[in-house]
Amino acid sequence: MKTKRKGLWHELYANRILFLMLLPVLVYFLINNYAPMIGIYYAFVQFEFNTSMFNMNFVGLKNFEFLWKSGKLIELTVNTIGYNLAFIVLGNVLSISVAVLLSELKGKWFKKITQSVLFLPYFVSFVILSVIVFNLFNYEQGVLNTVLERLGAEPLDVYNKPALWIFFIIFFYLWKNFGYSMVIYLAAITGISEEYYEAARIDGANTFQRAWHITVPMLKSTFVILLLFSLGTIMKGQFDLFYQMVGNNGLLYSTTDILDTYVYRSLKVTFDMGMATAAGVYQSLFGFALIMVVNGIIRKVNKDYALF
Amino acid sequence: MKIREDSAAIWFRLLAYTVVIGGSVLCILPFILIVSASLSSNESIIREGYNIIPRDFSLEGYRIIFQVPDEVLRAYGVTTLVTVVGTALGLFLMTMAGYVLQRKDFKYRNFFSFVIYFTTLFGGGLVPYYILITEYLEFTDSMNALIWPSLMTPFLIILMRSFISSAVPDEVTESAKIDGANDFLIYYRIVLPLAIPGLATVGLFLALHYWNDWFSSAMYINSPEKYQLQFYLYNIINTSDFLRNIGAGTGIVLTEGVPTESMKMAMAIVVTGPILLLYPFIQRYFVKGLTIGAVKG
Repeated sequence: MKTKRKGLWHELYANRILFLMLLPVLVYFLINNYAPMIGIYYAFVQFEFNTSMFNMNFVGLKNFEFLWKSGKLIELTVNTIGYNLAFIVLGNVLSISVAVLLSELKGKWFKKITQSVLFLPYFVSFVILSVIVFNLFNYEQGVLNTVLERLGAEPLDVYNKPALWIFFIIFFYLWKNFGYSMVIYLAAITGISEEYYEAARIDGANTFQRAWHITVPMLKSTFVILLLFSLGTIMKGQFDLFYQMVGNNGLLYSTTDILDTYVYRSLKVTFDMGMATAAGVYQSLFGFALIMVVNGIIRKVNKDYALF
Repeated sequence: MKIREDSAAIWFRLLAYTVVIGGSVLCILPFILIVSASLSSNESIIREGYNIIPRDFSLEGYRIIFQVPDEVLRAYGVTTLVTVVGTALGLFLMTMAGYVLQRKDFKYRNFFSFVIYFTTLFGGGLVPYYILITEYLEFTDSMNALIWPSLMTPFLIILMRSFISSAVPDEVTESAKIDGANDFLIYYRIVLPLAIPGLATVGLFLALHYWNDWFSSAMYINSPEKYQLQFYLYNIINTSDFLRNIGAGTGIVLTEGVPTESMKMAMAIVVTGPILLLYPFIQRYFVKGLTIGAVKG
C-alpha cells in the first residue's frame, strides 16, 4: 500500500506536465458530467427553486410513484426502445446494402457525387428537417396533399393520424443518418483485400455471390462495433429528431413520445421538476443496467468485442 | 459460364444504379423544394403548394429578410462567435488530452480514458444538468451557456487519441524527450503539425455541432437577441404557424401582406447557406475522420 502511494506521487511529479495538459478536460468532465450525478437526489425530494437541495423535503419514492401512476412509463419505455431497435436494425441493413452496391459501381465521379449527396442530410440541422416535414405534410400547401389533390383523392390531415408517424419518424431518421454509417461501411469495404475477390472470380462466383459471401461477412466486425455503440444509447432517444418533427403536438404523443421528449416537456413546459427528474433517473439507471447486461453477454461470447 | 457471369453483373449493376440514384434523389429533393419555394411568390405557394421548379419566380422572401437585416445578422453573429470560440477552445483542450492519453509511458492513460468514456454510459439526466447550468454555473442568458455544453465529447477525444497515435510514431516523441524537450513543447512543436488532418476533422465535427445547435438556446437563453441562428429560424417558423393558426381559428388574417411561406423558406436557405457552400470541403474531412474511426474501432 505504501509503495503504491509513493508510486502515484512520483508519477504525478515525473509527468506533471502531462497531468497539467490533461487537467482541463478532467475538470470539465468532473463538473459537466459527474457533478450532475449528485443531482439524482432531486428525484427523491419535493423540488423547490432557490433552495439548497438538502433543505428540500425528502419524499422517498413519491416522485417515482407519481410517474408510475401517470401510466405513461410503459408507453414511453416501449416507444423509446422500439424506435431505437428499428433505427438500429433498419439503419444497418440499409447502410450495408447501399455501401455494398455503391462499392461495386465503376466510375469515380459518379461514386463521389452520389456518396456526397447521400451524406448531405447528415449535415443540415434538425430545424431544417422540421421545415422539410412541414413542406411535405402541411394540410393546405404540403406536397402530400398537393399530389393527392391532383390524383383526385381527399386531402389527408397527417397531424391527426398518430399511427402514420411511426413510419415518418423512422423514414426521416434513416434519411438523416444512414449516410454516416454508410461512409464507415464503405471505408471498411475499401480495406478488404482484392485477393479474395480474385479467388472467388476464378472459382466462378458471380457479382451477387461475391458481395454476399465476401463483402458482407467481412463487414461483421464494423457492424458489431456500431451495434454496440448504438445499444449503449438505446434508452436515449434522438431528441432533436422527435422534437423537431412532432413538437408539442399532443395528438401524436401516443406513438411519438419518448423519454427524452417527456423529460424535456416536464422541465420546460409543465414545470413538473419532480416527475422530470424521476423520469430522467429511471432512464439513466435502466439504460445503464441494459448496457451492463449486454456487455456482460458479449464478454462471455467474444471478449474482443466487449465495450469495456 | 462466361454468359452467366455477365448477366449477373448486369443485374447487379442495374440494381445498384436504381438504389443509388433513387436514394440520391430522395436525399436531395427536399432541398430542391426549399430552394424552389424560397424563389417563388408567396401566393403561388399558397395557391398551388410547393413545387420542384418555382412557378412564379420572385425574390420577395429574401427581400423581406434583408429589409430589416438586423435580427438575422445578430443571430448570424451569435452563432459565428459561438462556433469560432467553442471550436478553437474545444480543439485545443481535446488535442492536449488526446495526446496525453495516447502516450504509452503515461501510466494512468487507461484509467483516465475510462473516466471520460464512462460519462457516455451513465449520467444524471436532463434536470440535474439544467440546474447545474442555471443555478450553479449561472450561465442563464449568457454566451457561456451556448459554448460550454458542447465544448468536448468523449467520442471526439477518443477520435483525437487515435488520430495522434497513428500520425505520430512513438520514436519521434521519445527522441525529442531525450533531446530534452518537455512534454508541452513536444505536443506544441511536433505533435500538432503532424496531426493537422486530425485537427481539421475533429474541428469540423465540433464546428458543425455548434452551427446546427438550437437546443442550448431553447434551454438557457431568454432574450431573443442572444438566440443562435437555428433557434432564430425555429422561432420564425413556429411564430408564423402560430399566427396563421390563430387566424384560421378566428377568421382574422393576421399575416396579411407578409409573405410568410416564401420568407420561411428563404430563411432556411440563408441559415444553411454556409454549410452548403463549404459542403464539398467539409464532407471530405468527415469521410477521412470516419474512416480512421472505423479502422481503429
